[in-house]
Amino acid sequence: MDRKILKLLSKNARATAKEIAVMLGRTEEDVAAQIREMEKAGLIRGYKAVVDWEAVDTTTVSAIIELKVTPKAGLGFEEVAERVAKYPEVESVYLMSGVYDLSVMVRGKTFQEVAMFVAKELSTIDSVTQTATHFVLRRYKEMDIELHDRNNDDRSTFLL
Amino acid sequence: MIDYENILNPVVTGIKPSGIRKFFDIAATMDDVISLGVGEPDFPTPWQIRNTGIRSLEQGHTKYTSNKGLAPLCREICTYVHRKYDLTYDPDTEVLVTVGGSEAIDACLRAIVRPGDEVIIPQPSYVCYEPITQLVGGVPVILETRPENDFKVTADELRSLITPRTRALILPYPCNPTGGIMERADLEAVAEVLKDTGIIVISDEIYAELTFGGLRHTSPASIPGMWERTITVNGFSKAFSMTGWRLGYACGPAPIIKQMTKIHQFAIMCAPTTSQYAAVEALRSGDEAVAKMVEEYDMRRRLIVSGFNELGLVCREPKGAFYAFPCITSTGMSSDEFCEALLRERQVALVPGTAFGKGGEGFVRASYCYSTEHILEALARIRAFLDDLKK
Repeated sequence: MDRKILKLLSKNARATAKEIAVMLGRTEEDVAAQIREMEKAGLIRGYKAVVDWEAVDTTTVSAIIELKVTPKAGLGFEEVAERVAKYPEVESVYLMSGVYDLSVMVRGKTFQEVAMFVAKELSTIDSVTQTATHFVLRRYKEMDIELHDRNNDDRSTFLL
Repeated sequence: MIDYENILNPVVTGIKPSGIRKFFDIAATMDDVISLGVGEPDFPTPWQIRNTGIRSLEQGHTKYTSNKGLAPLCREICTYVHRKYDLTYDPDTEVLVTVGGSEAIDACLRAIVRPGDEVIIPQPSYVCYEPITQLVGGVPVILETRPENDFKVTADELRSLITPRTRALILPYPCNPTGGIMERADLEAVAEVLKDTGIIVISDEIYAELTFGGLRHTSPASIPGMWERTITVNGFSKAFSMTGWRLGYACGPAPIIKQMTKIHQFAIMCAPTTSQYAAVEALRSGDEAVAKMVEEYDMRRRLIVSGFNELGLVCREPKGAFYAFPCITSTGMSSDEFCEALLRERQVALVPGTAFGKGGEGFVRASYCYSTEHILEALARIRAFLDDLKK
């Protein structure tokens, strides 16, 4: 594992092995090999663009769904969490401490669509005892990137 | 009607305007400028330092401080320069807190330079030394540092410029714009030249925290025989990313600091109070935040230096500050022509080396106080610009 490479890639997934090698003072071959190894080991799970979907089209809706779940003997929350994760509508699933158990991020085209997905799919799962749907109204920061404050460099162009 | 031309001080009106005025005006007409032109960190001041400033306001610390600066700050400065640079100063008599390092340089030159005294100024270097020397009636004597010496001051060059009128030597290291540093052996050679003279060294160490490749900054005053002739100038702007707080300091022998404090008292009164409170926190707990910023600068430094060299613009490894200083003579253009054409054609803002003295001809300054994405974009545009030149 190589934390320095991971840190640079998590800031910019498009950084090339060559650029990373230059920045860290290492060889390109070494960095490329490390990255391949971390990909194989599943430490790096993907490279994706951070998209501001609200700017792309206004008909995208996201919601965070809180699920209360009765854990199963021997399986705990694993079975239901993995089942929920299989839905393509579901972007992320987390097991939480506190008053509910699973936090599920769902994306759909309309409020109606997301609400129906919760009603028909999530709440009908046997071990799910309660759901609460919170719609996202506006996104301010996604994956460390501030979405509305695009140029916050208030320095001048030249300064000696 | 007042004839302003006749009432203004000719020493002031005679000072050359900044070499980058023209570039400002060109850039102002453009939308999509990508700048590597700023000598100022891009990081916000570390939160803990900002928060201490805010807390001081909440607690109502909104009055003047003593002229020379808050006592706890003077003590922290002494502790800091001792642990970092092996310098020993008395917080009561050998420290002055100033409005940025610039005010410290100004006060020091005012305190020591008599009319007609010569001040040796290595160039290329930051732009304030020459005009301040002129303002106090001194005579700037330029020491042109050379790329083949990594832009250091050498003993021979220094010796050749010393006259009976030499009052002071500026040592602007780590150096803006060259990235050059003076290592212990270099400073020992300078000390050897200066011993038995009455020449005072004004050591501008504002970039002292920003050295790379395992090289720690050596303070001239830590060299035997130098403490008694050196005013050490430092500040919070670059190391702690606190440019807007306007806070610096000077440390040196009490007789000089005493006179500088007098000038400061009448001209400034005291450095900003909020900034002084925040600065105490910076010195006490800023190490980790500084180390993180330095690590980030170091990665950018490697990226930009390698980028320029790949483009065929030979760039020595800058060992300090946060600038690359590549050579552009391979294009056949002057520094000024290169920067203007690059700005007009590809909207990249660099500063011509000549803005830092005649010896900067053939070089341009590129700041790497920018994100790696920003630096890569600028390099890509410079590549396109160079490709167009070849056509």
